[in-house]
Amino acid sequence: MDPKPSIVVDNLVKRFGKFVAVNRVSFQIRSGEIFGLLGPNGSGKSTTIRMLCGLLTPTSGSATVVGFDIARQAEEVRRHIGYMSQKFSLYDDLTAVENLEFFGGLYGVTGDALTKGIAWALGMSGLAGNEQALTREFSGGWKQRLALGCAVLHRPRVLFLDEPTAGVDPLSRRQFWDLIHQMSREGITILVTTHYMDEAEYCNRLALIESGRIVEMGTPGEIKRLAIHGNLLLIEAAPLGDALAAVKRAPGVTDASVFGAALHVVVGDQQSERELPAFLAARGIRVDRIEPIAPSLEDAFVSLTGEKPAGDADS
Amino acid sequence: MLNRVWRMIIKEFVQLKRDRYARFVLIVPPILQMLIYGYAATFEVNHVKIAVIDYDHSQESRDLLSRFTFTGRFEAAKILNNERELKSLIGESDIPLALKIGPGFAEALRKGETAHLQVIVDGSNSNTALIAVGYVNQIANQFSQDYARNRLNQVMPAMVANVPQIDLAPRPWYNPDLNSQWFFVPGVIGSITLILVVNITAFAIVREREIGTLEQIMVTPIRPFELILGKTIPFFLVGLADVVLVAVVGTLWFQVPFLGNPLVLLLGVTLFLLSTLGVGLLISTLCSTQQQAFASGFFFLNPAFILSGFAFPITSMPRAMQMLTYLNPLRYFLVILRGTFLKGVGLNVLWPQMTALAALTFVLLVVSVARFRKSID
Repeated sequence: MDPKPSIVVDNLVKRFGKFVAVNRVSFQIRSGEIFGLLGPNGSGKSTTIRMLCGLLTPTSGSATVVGFDIARQAEEVRRHIGYMSQKFSLYDDLTAVENLEFFGGLYGVTGDALTKGIAWALGMSGLAGNEQALTREFSGGWKQRLALGCAVLHRPRVLFLDEPTAGVDPLSRRQFWDLIHQMSREGITILVTTHYMDEAEYCNRLALIESGRIVEMGTPGEIKRLAIHGNLLLIEAAPLGDALAAVKRAPGVTDASVFGAALHVVVGDQQSERELPAFLAARGIRVDRIEPIAPSLEDAFVSLTGEKPAGDADS
Repeated sequence: MLNRVWRMIIKEFVQLKRDRYARFVLIVPPILQMLIYGYAATFEVNHVKIAVIDYDHSQESRDLLSRFTFTGRFEAAKILNNERELKSLIGESDIPLALKIGPGFAEALRKGETAHLQVIVDGSNSNTALIAVGYVNQIANQFSQDYARNRLNQVMPAMVANVPQIDLAPRPWYNPDLNSQWFFVPGVIGSITLILVVNITAFAIVREREIGTLEQIMVTPIRPFELILGKTIPFFLVGLADVVLVAVVGTLWFQVPFLGNPLVLLLGVTLFLLSTLGVGLLISTLCSTQQQAFASGFFFLNPAFILSGFAFPITSMPRAMQMLTYLNPLRYFLVILRGTFLKGVGLNVLWPQMTALAALTFVLLVVSVARFRKSID
C-alpha cells in the first residue's frame, strides 16, 4: 500500500450501550482515492464517517486523517476535512451566497480567498445567477451541489460524503459524481458512503460493510470476483418461488436469489450448469430463459452477506 | 476567532430579518401580554354579585344590606325568599356569595346580644371567595361598631366620647393607591423576558440540531466557546431589546413610575438575561427535537413563574417551596425590578439580590456550557 496513506483506520470500534455499531473496522485510503463504504442502512457506515470527522468518539481503536490522530488532534483534523451529511445541512432561509459566506467564515476563509472561493463554488454547482435566491427554493440537486460547495470552500485535503446522493434525481447524481472525480484528480481524498450499488461502481475501492464489520474490500472488480465463485446465471422461470426452492437443491448451485422477476444463480461447475434446465423441468418448472450474465456489485453483496443492501433514507 | 463569532451573529440576525413569524413572536405577544396583565391582572374584587335572604325584614337588616351595595364591591343580584332557592343558585349561577339574615336579627341587636349574619360563599374560586369574605367582614364590623355607638349615644350620650377605638390609617408607601398595575407591570417585564429568552435560545439550538446544521458547524474548526458565544450573543441582544420594548410600553401606557437608576436595572437585566440563556442552553442539551424543547421549556417555566413571587407571596409558601424559590432567577429579578421601578433603591439595597442572581447565573452558565460542550464534543 501507499507509504503515506491519507486515512488510516485501525481496529475502530463504536459501541452505543450494548449495541456494537462499528466492530473492529480497519482500512487505509490513499491520497486522491475515492473509497466507498457500501452497506445497508444501519450497518455502521455513517458511524464510521462520523468518528473520522470528530463528531463521535471511538470506543476503542484509532485512526489518523492526513496524519492527525482523530482523538487527540481533532481540531487539526477538522481544519483539513470537508464533510457533507446526507441531509445537505444548509440554512434554508439564507441565500446560496450567505450559506457559502457562513461556512467559509467558520473555516477561517476570509477576504479575497472567500470571494474567489464563492465564485468558484457557484460556478461548480451551477448556481451562478441564482446566488441571491433563498436555499429553500432550490431543487435537491442544487442543494446537494451547494452543500458540496460549502464543504470544500476551504480546499480540504479529505472529503467525507455521507450518502451524498440520497433524494437526488439521476441526472444530478451523474453530475455530482463527475464533480467528485474531478476533485479526486486534483488530489482530494474522498470517503463516501452509499447504499446505491450503481454508485459504488464509481469508487476506486470499496469496503462492503455489514452489521458493523467489513466483510470484503477491494476494487469493484475484485469484489465481484471474490464474491462469485463460479458462473452467474440469469433464470426466468415459473412459478418463481418453486423455481428458487428447486434451484437451491440442484447439484453444483452455491447461491441463488431473486432479482426482480428472475433468479440469479451461482453454479460452481460447467457440468452442473448444463444439467440445470433438465433438473428444473423434471420438477415441473417452466424455464423461459437461462443465460450467463456478468455479476454486478449487488450480486456480490447478496452473495457475501445473504441480504439485499437496498433501502432508502437514513442509515 | 472574532470573525467566526461575528459570522454566527450576522447569520442569526439575517435569519431573524427573514423570519416574519419570529419577528412577530418577539414583538407582538410581549406587548399584548403587557397590556393584558396591565388591564386584567388585579387582586381587587369588585361588583361581586350577591344573593340576599332577609328573614328579619327589619330596619337594622335593611341598613346592613344597603351597606354592601353602597361600596360598589357588591351588587345585590337576587333577593331570595328561602334557603332552598339558595342551594341551586350558588352552584349554578354566576352569583358566588349569599348573605342570610335570620329572624330575630334586630331583636338580638336591641337586646345587646350577638346577632348572626350568615355568609354562604362559592369556595371553588377560593381566591375571590377569600377576598370577598374579607370585605364582608369589614362591612359587618363597621356596622356593628356604628350600631353600638348609636345605641350608646341614645342611652348614655356622655359615655360615647370615652369608648376606646383604634383608627386604622393605612399608608402604602411606593404605591399609595395600591394600584395593581404598579405591582404587575414590573413583574410582567421579568416573566415575559424569562419565557421569551429561554424559548428562543432552546429552540434555535434544537432546530439547528434537527436540520443538521449544528453538526455541520461542529465539523468546522470552530471552538466550543466560539460556538456558544455565537449562539448566545444574538439572543442576549434580542432579549435586551425586548426588555426595553416591554418596559417602555409598561411605563408609558400604564404610567408606572421608574424612580431608580437605569444602570442598576441594566445590571440586573444583564445578569437575568445571562441566567435565562443558561436555562435555554441547558434545555437544548437535553432535547433533540423541538417538541421536546417545548415540553421541557413548559416544565421549567410554569414552576419558575409560580415560585417567583410574581403573584403568590413567597412568605406564604411551605418551607420546602420557599427553599426552591432561591434557585429561581426570576425571584431575584422581580425584587430588582420592583425596587428600581417603584422604590428607586440602588445597589446599597439590592446587592443581596444582585449577588444571589450573579451566583445563580454563574452556576447555570457553567453547568449549561459544560453540558453543551459535552453534547457537541
